[in-house]
Amino acid sequence: MNRMLAFILIVVVTFGAVAVTSPGLVRDINLGLDLKGGFEILYEAEPLEPGGEVTKDSLNETARSLESRINSTGVTEPEVVTEGDNRIRVKIAGVANEAELRETLKRPAELTFRSMRGCAPEAGFCKVELVGSDFVENGANVEQDSLGGSKITMKLKSASKFAEITREIARLPLGQNQLAIYLDEEQLSAPSVSGEINSSSAEITGGYTREEAKKIADIINLGALPLKLTERYTQSVGATLGQLSLQQTVFAGILGSAIVLLFMLVFYRLPGLVASISLIAYIWLLLVGVWLMEVTLTLPGIAAVILGIGMAVDANIITYERIKEELRSGKSILSSLKAGSRNSFRTIMDANVTTIIAGSVLYMIGTGAVKGFAVVLIMSIIISIITNVGYSRLLLYLLIRSNIIKNKALFGVKESEIRAL
Amino acid sequence: MHYNLRKFDFIKLSRYFFLFSIAITVLGVITLAALGMNYGVDFRAGSSMDLAVQKNLQDQKEEIQSFLDEQNLGRYTLTVGAERVSIRFDDILTDQEEQQLKQGFADTFDPKASAEVYTVDVQMARELQTNAMMAVALASVGIIIYVSIRFEWRFAVAAIVALLHDAFIVISLFSILRLEVNLPFIVAVLTIIGYSINDTIVIFDRIRENMRFAKLKSKEDIAALVNESIWQTMTRSINTVATVFVTALCVFLFGGESIKLFSLAILFGLVSGAYSSIFIASPLWLVLKNKQKPKTPANTQTAG
Repeated sequence: MNRMLAFILIVVVTFGAVAVTSPGLVRDINLGLDLKGGFEILYEAEPLEPGGEVTKDSLNETARSLESRINSTGVTEPEVVTEGDNRIRVKIAGVANEAELRETLKRPAELTFRSMRGCAPEAGFCKVELVGSDFVENGANVEQDSLGGSKITMKLKSASKFAEITREIARLPLGQNQLAIYLDEEQLSAPSVSGEINSSSAEITGGYTREEAKKIADIINLGALPLKLTERYTQSVGATLGQLSLQQTVFAGILGSAIVLLFMLVFYRLPGLVASISLIAYIWLLLVGVWLMEVTLTLPGIAAVILGIGMAVDANIITYERIKEELRSGKSILSSLKAGSRNSFRTIMDANVTTIIAGSVLYMIGTGAVKGFAVVLIMSIIISIITNVGYSRLLLYLLIRSNIIKNKALFGVKESEIRAL
Repeated sequence: MHYNLRKFDFIKLSRYFFLFSIAITVLGVITLAALGMNYGVDFRAGSSMDLAVQKNLQDQKEEIQSFLDEQNLGRYTLTVGAERVSIRFDDILTDQEEQQLKQGFADTFDPKASAEVYTVDVQMARELQTNAMMAVALASVGIIIYVSIRFEWRFAVAAIVALLHDAFIVISLFSILRLEVNLPFIVAVLTIIGYSINDTIVIFDRIRENMRFAKLKSKEDIAALVNESIWQTMTRSINTVATVFVTALCVFLFGGESIKLFSLAILFGLVSGAYSSIFIASPLWLVLKNKQKPKTPANTQTAG
């Protein structure tokens, strides 16, 4: 009787956990763009000037500048990642003026040094004095200044041009004698110029932290060698269409699962009930896994989850068929359960390990969608073993050991099929 | 009921199944060579636009056509359904063209249209394809090694033949029926491979188990054992394929439009996977086993 109580307790706790956490879980799962709408672009970066090369640093810097440009348009949580040696993938959900944003993103980030020479007072820094290509490639560095802060050193291609600019700016009244550094329209810093600098190397001091100085130096270096971005792949999905796909596919999943549960109940009776409980636990744990691993669920991903449900039932079917065979051979229910579980375990493990091997290979060499699929596949196999082998057997064992079940018909075995031992 | 059916001998009839599978494979090779695959934008440079529409535009197909011709976007194919309009362009749309087209369509036909646009560059597409093929090849090697260790090499070879058979059948069917192949199709083929190997291993496991306790004197004894093993796992094979088939069918019938071809590929693969495990993989193992020199019949018994 205690075992019966344990069984009921476990089932109640499971369903309780599912009921309490599911709404939050479903809300927090990352959905792919094909399900929520938005667009994705894969850029390939090439050096703008011939002969240049794309370095890891310049690629990262370009990705950062893309991100800050997207952020400046007020879009929430853009996802910008670098891929391989020369690619950047950008994912943006729900944008009103997509065309405009794409146009902005494609333009190389523009580094300018500007002054107020000849500007109206309200125009601010209107005159562009220097552009990225005026600087020597990789000439900007960060050094310690005498006050313990960080300063930026940089090298220019033409000393005379810099001398002329600094001479003119130094003549401006205090508060206007600045040479501001801009990346696109964003002002990064506005150091003052106190006198003519007739040299090809210059330094900017101003009590920067090391991070601030590093950021500006990186931008100057990148500005000297900007990358050209070409769209290699774009996907854009309207928000309504994404939601429609999501609703339809989720409905298909619920319907499919319901049919599978019903089938198990009708065909396997008592163990079928246990299998149904395990399947619900399986689906729930899979969602938890997707949430924990921060997997982005795309349409094929959801389809893989639904198929996984069908395949997860297999572990139960193998076990129950085995138990039925043992029952038919005349064994008692308990020893059939033990023998059936033992014999089917090896089969299930061999079948699943081969699938995990296939999944791991896909994960290692796949890209994008293939990789995402592999993660869901491997996760669903592991969770399937936990729920449809471990959990499901525990429940069945508790039920049978509670000595309430005496009738082999509850396992879907007919009296006439049972042979004498 | 089981016992009457068990008179059906898979082994005696296996040559017909081999012939059947070879015929389909040859047909597939011919169609693939003659027609190739019907590549969608993921594998062919170009753009595709799918519009979910709120009103039925089926009787306005000509208007849509002339609207598209006006835009001057090169060659395209247009499909107009009750809730969906699909346009495939042979050329890559620039983002301005794409915006103009979306806006123009909304203004002219349905202001509530919601669009999905894919544009892929040729180089990317080729890379994806090679990558997927590499993945399948490497996964096969991994499976061969594992099955050879856990079972024996004959099982591994038979399982891989069945697996490639299934992948190829699905690819051939898509080529014969001229269905469009996109990135999700690759994922579907990969799923099928995972399922097929799973299905085959379950039967092989039973053969291995029965071999352990069997006293095998002749080739006929082994053939009878394979046949018996297939029958012992038959209920499981049918029930499993039925449950997976039902879920895939639900996705095919009710799932989102863009997932339909994906689930169709899975459906083909499921049937082929169940068929090949029973009718190809197990008899093939027997053929390989019978070629073994008779002096080492005890070999397989140590393999577990």
